[in-house]
Amino acid sequence: MQVNAKIYQETLYLQVAGELDEHTAHYARMAMDNQLESADFKQVIIDLSKLEFMDSTGIGVLIGRYKKMKQKNIPIFISNPSVQADKIFRMTALYDVMPKIN
Amino acid sequence: MNYINEMTLEFDSHSINEGFARSAVAAFCVQLNPTLDEITDIKTAVSEAVTNCVVHAYPKKTGKISIWVGLTSARDVDIKISDAGVGISDFEKAREPFFTTKPDEERAGMGFTVMESFMNSVVLRKNGDRGVVVEMRKTLTHKKCVALGGEND
Repeated sequence: MQVNAKIYQETLYLQVAGELDEHTAHYARMAMDNQLESADFKQVIIDLSKLEFMDSTGIGVLIGRYKKMKQKNIPIFISNPSVQADKIFRMTALYDVMPKIN
Repeated sequence: MNYINEMTLEFDSHSINEGFARSAVAAFCVQLNPTLDEITDIKTAVSEAVTNCVVHAYPKKTGKISIWVGLTSARDVDIKISDAGVGISDFEKAREPFFTTKPDEERAGMGFTVMESFMNSVVLRKNGDRGVVVEMRKTLTHKKCVALGGEND
């Protein structure tokens, strides 16, 4: 599990790589929150193209980050989910609060 | 049910074993020559069931989780994941989407819903007088099985 971050044109890009499950969720939360606490961006794009595995634990992690950013009125978008992650996001209506972008 | 191949695994309820469990089950299923999507569906469902054991069945102490997998010539993958933990008092409630007994822990309550949507069937039973057994089946799409010499063609 690895979280890579870069800021470009007021957008924070968070690339979540590796496997996201119960075992790695704690680290994922911490690593994402570290980046989300910096204040110099207006939106967040979470890139899942390097995420090799995710189960429903990932939903809890993402919703938790969404709630934190909502307080600051900063939107979060999801990009490049796998087929299975996409299925889980659709069944939980995650895209209603964190829209999918290309 | 006649199984052409079976395996059993038992391991401690440490979260680090979730990755081991889903990878081991996936590796065993490869002999039926599943699609990549089918393998990932199975891995995801196994991960959900094992996570339930780690988080809910054994909340305070480490216990044993066991997984049995049976493969049929009709390309069914039958999986039983069992624990001897605290058990589930209301199976129907546990299966409801978004139901969680730990709402303060950023949990989605989608474990059983994911299992149901990624597998063909999911059955919950009591494991004797302690714990739970999750029985799941996925029937793989039909294609020639290389490892079995095409005998299930």
